Amino acid sequence: MNINTTKIISLLFFIFSVFYLYTAYQIQVFAFDENAPFNAKTFPIYLGYAGLFFSGLKLILPDPETVKVEHRNLEYKKTSILIIIAIIYGATILKIGYFLTTSFFLFGSYYFLGERRWILMFLLSFPFVAAFMYLLHGVLEIYLRDPFLQFIGVMG
Amino acid sequence: MIEGILIGLSTALTLQNIFMVMIGCFFGTIIGMLPGLGPMTAIALMIPITYGFDPATGLILMAGVYYGAVFGGSTSSILLNAPGVPGTVATSFDGYPMAQQGKAGKALAIAAWSSFAGGTFSAIYLLFLAPSLSKVSLSFRSPDYFALMILGLTAIAAFSSKGQFLKAMMMVVLGLMLASVGQDSLSDITRFTFDNMNLTDGISFVLVVMATFAMSEALTIILKRNDPTAAAKQVSLTELGSIKIDKEDRKKMYKTIPRSSVIGFLIGVLPGAGATIASFLAYGMERNLVNDDEKQKFGKGSVNGLSAPETANNAACSGSFVPMLTLGIPGSGTTAVMLGALLGFGVQPGPRLYMTNPEIFWSIIMSMYIGMVILLILNLPLIPYIARILAVPKNYLIPLILFFSITGIYVMSFNNFDIYLMIGIAVVATFLRLYDFPMPPLILAFVLGGLMEENLRRSLLLSNGSWEFLWDRTLTLCILLTTAFIVIWHIYKTFKMKN
Repeated sequence: MNINTTKIISLLFFIFSVFYLYTAYQIQVFAFDENAPFNAKTFPIYLGYAGLFFSGLKLILPDPETVKVEHRNLEYKKTSILIIIAIIYGATILKIGYFLTTSFFLFGSYYFLGERRWILMFLLSFPFVAAFMYLLHGVLEIYLRDPFLQFIGVMG
Repeated sequence: MIEGILIGLSTALTLQNIFMVMIGCFFGTIIGMLPGLGPMTAIALMIPITYGFDPATGLILMAGVYYGAVFGGSTSSILLNAPGVPGTVATSFDGYPMAQQGKAGKALAIAAWSSFAGGTFSAIYLLFLAPSLSKVSLSFRSPDYFALMILGLTAIAAFSSKGQFLKAMMMVVLGLMLASVGQDSLSDITRFTFDNMNLTDGISFVLVVMATFAMSEALTIILKRNDPTAAAKQVSLTELGSIKIDKEDRKKMYKTIPRSSVIGFLIGVLPGAGATIASFLAYGMERNLVNDDEKQKFGKGSVNGLSAPETANNAACSGSFVPMLTLGIPGSGTTAVMLGALLGFGVQPGPRLYMTNPEIFWSIIMSMYIGMVILLILNLPLIPYIARILAVPKNYLIPLILFFSITGIYVMSFNNFDIYLMIGIAVVATFLRLYDFPMPPLILAFVLGGLMEENLRRSLLLSNGSWEFLWDRTLTLCILLTTAFIVIWHIYKTFKMKN
């Protein structure tokens, strides 16, 4: 059977709705609230059924305008690298601090997207982040935790 | 009333106060352009500064910051598809495509003029209707609000063309499901957190909007090898930043602005409804009112599609001052912060405010208008320069969009879990966008989810579990009938087009 990707997404959404509905039924409500006309699980239960209904319809009804995606033309490599850089950014920001991680994140992103003008890459990462950090931390007084800058004595 | 207006004008037009509005507009625009920092943050940041001034001057400064931040939010929506505040999400639907066609300056100019016109109309409504509208806003009960949320969701009809209705509905359900994560507002019972403390407070709006719009847009551009600056490269910098709106487009705006301002102001007056619903409703309404040719342009850079939400969100901002000034009920998070500031000045808002402190009541209303005039004067000359952001090469623009998105999330919570969650949602959204699943319905549902549940809960509890509340009150019934009419009309039109 030839099944298109939109149908596969609808099937995944249907399975997700089943899981959501199951979890909604598992929500523990207070004993006195159990038979109330509306409690913490009422709305999620409605939502679970709505999800089943719409994804079920999408699954069974014919799809007149099938979306065809040419996977060979998609740039998976660079996209995956950017996502990995963002994950590394999330993993290191609390330990190393905002300034260094954000600067390296920007520098790395420029590099992997194919940029090689080193001076411009540098200017649009380290000094740029420093200026932005000054705007947030110095002018708007939004506290930014930065163990590295604290270690070298730039931040109090 | 004339005496009050004159008092307000004389207070607002002093050199010091005009200077304050200018400062407020300038800082508000800059703060509003930073994702994650919306008007509420901008005003909150100004509170300590305003305590050094007299109440009228302090509030004038805050009004300037407010309008500046709303305009700043529209700028990032139009140029980067990164709406930092819910009220400017609908602006990006047509503003961003228009900017992508090398008309960034024009898109920003349409937004600026529409905001100004929306503000002008709503200032007039505010002058004449404020006291009586406050009574109307109080007559709205939970069933009416619930019906209003359903009406708001009909705006998804705008994204359900080409047989995408079911896809749009699936995105609505997904948005509502995301909104249900976290503590239940009444019982504090946690839902769908899977014992993860980071999810107890739910998922923030900025996170979802940054993930589904800005970050997913950046990933889609890389994935599809698109170049967001391609159109900008085809035109000169002068053309890119040109703020000229031709006669035909102006004609379209003349029709759109008055009707969107009415809907924006009326929705803004209702406590809790605010600029988001107003802008979505105005967008949906506009799409239903224009001719078929114009309807095809929606989502691809339509002038009406950009002008309507911009007019409505600014009109709603003014409208939200009605319950705050006349009843002491803040209609939105931003007006709640302003209410706190008013109380800090020793001013008690309420029905007697314009009798006991007329200079404050009228100077706020007057300064809001002067704030908008100054915002326009300040920002129009800057648009050609702001629009040049789109001339930045793709290799720099994409990382900078990612940087602003992630920073916007990080400064809100200082929690790296939010960064992971954002990446996860962005990856799913990118995949869904590849297969034409529309993201705006998800955002609209996410914004309305909490309010919908809250009002459905109250309605069902008051009616003891009976669904009769849907037709018990004339107002509820009227709103629901309007909703039904829009849906049936849309189905009829789609059917007719197919034939």
